[in-house]
Amino acid sequence: MWQTLDDFYWTYQSLIHGIGVNGILALSIYVVLAVGQLSLGQAAFMGVGAYTGALLTVKFGTPFAVSMAAAAAVPALIALVVGGPTLRLTGVYLAIATIGLGEITRIVFLNWDYAGGALGLSGIPEKGGVLAIYGTLAVVLIALILVARSRIGRAMEAMREDEAAAGVMGVNLPRYRMTALVVSSGLAGIAGCLSAHVSSFIGPNEYGFETAVTILSYALLGGIGSPVAPVLGAAILTLLPEVLRPLADFRLMVNGLIIVVAVLFMPRGILPWRIARTG
Amino acid sequence: MSASPLLAVEGLTRRFQGLVAVDSVDLAVREGTVHGLIGPNGAGKTTLFNMVSGVLAPSAGTVRLDGRALDGLAPYRRTALGLARTFQNIRIFSEMTVLENVMTGLHTRLSARLGILLRSPGFRAEERGAKARARDLLAFVGLSEAADLRAGALPYGDQRRLEIARALACEPRLLLLDEPAAGMNPAETHALLALLRRLRDERGLTLLLVEHDMPLVMSLCDRLTVLNFGRRIADGTPAEVRAHPAVIEAYLGAGTAQAGTAQGHPDAHPQGAVS
Repeated sequence: MWQTLDDFYWTYQSLIHGIGVNGILALSIYVVLAVGQLSLGQAAFMGVGAYTGALLTVKFGTPFAVSMAAAAAVPALIALVVGGPTLRLTGVYLAIATIGLGEITRIVFLNWDYAGGALGLSGIPEKGGVLAIYGTLAVVLIALILVARSRIGRAMEAMREDEAAAGVMGVNLPRYRMTALVVSSGLAGIAGCLSAHVSSFIGPNEYGFETAVTILSYALLGGIGSPVAPVLGAAILTLLPEVLRPLADFRLMVNGLIIVVAVLFMPRGILPWRIARTG
Repeated sequence: MSASPLLAVEGLTRRFQGLVAVDSVDLAVREGTVHGLIGPNGAGKTTLFNMVSGVLAPSAGTVRLDGRALDGLAPYRRTALGLARTFQNIRIFSEMTVLENVMTGLHTRLSARLGILLRSPGFRAEERGAKARARDLLAFVGLSEAADLRAGALPYGDQRRLEIARALACEPRLLLLDEPAAGMNPAETHALLALLRRLRDERGLTLLLVEHDMPLVMSLCDRLTVLNFGRRIADGTPAEVRAHPAVIEAYLGAGTAQAGTAQGHPDAHPQGAVS
């Protein structure tokens, strides 16, 4: 029995890590979407976290906890600086601005020789693993559920439904927008750091536009009625290509088809259930 | 008569490119009164409301609440100072429950932060209090039964009442109502009239309302201000305003004004400046 579990873990190790890491990324985009904003910068923030954590571990030998804390703090700080001018934008315009931010980040990593340039960073020691990944996911998920069921959760949903009306109800809109961006960036950074420390290698092209869209699709497929929904979306989208492996050449086609059909017929996501907003 | 008005609007102006939507309007609302803002469509009533509530920045002029200038303050700051409003086209949070809508209005009156994550006794007490307060307000507007329904599923008139309950949750000193009777049937309008009277008489609330339903305006308001093409054309008690030549002209068209005054109230002395 134990042997079977052990075999299973070693065979599917990267998939198990992937589901957890992507779950945290899904929660990071959820925080932004939950206040009615759209960001395509999550991949960049993830990259900043991955590089921050990996550089500290590899070059300075800092303890894992310190790398993690820095991997959350640096992207959060960048979000705080970048948020000032970009959060004047809303909707599609904010999305475009964050795409730009993502490209800038990618080009910086690509040309930063200290961080390995185009070759990326390799030989990152394995730390954390399943326990750290799923522990973080559980803590973040519970925290977001508790926040959702409070005056802050009510204010967030009000903003998503009708921003002007939420403002008139006394919600400090700029502050909520900024806090959401900062928290979501920190979460993306943590996810990046965790993933860097289980995959031993990171490169500048892992955190581009495509990754940003993938992260967004977790929330689109899962839904944003509750924090659980995007995590479910991430799990499905991470598992799907593996489950469909027997289809060989048709795999990616069917994968895409399933996503399109799900979004068309379940516009509120696979888990449309809406969390109560009272504590 | 109290010394200074609760709301004082002075020289308030808003230009949209070539159009002057509101043209140096003065308005004073005394505490504990219902003040009506009337005028034909496009007179600038909603624009004025948007400037008072901070949704729209004025091109010129000041708004004072109880002597304090509100210039440049974001809507949420004005809410904290005692201003609340409803919208012309209902803007409740339709996905949320009726109770949650009202609780959202309590936002500035609640302060839990860290306690939210720890589910501290302080947080739970505050949340219980908020729920009870929201239920009281729902009872006040007659929506107790609907507390746990999705707000968007309520009938039209109930949505209007919910919007009022939500605004009351902000604990305002001055409540701005933008066409509260719009789209209501006579029975609903009648119930609304009674509700608004109770707000003034039982709760001592000051109301400023935009409304097209003239019987409601005339029987409810203590004082009226009339706008036309962005300018104030009259100001006074309902009786004074009704007899004002400029008002009759604005509503019925030029040429009828003389006839109107000749027939009507020769002894009325409206204060409004006719420009």
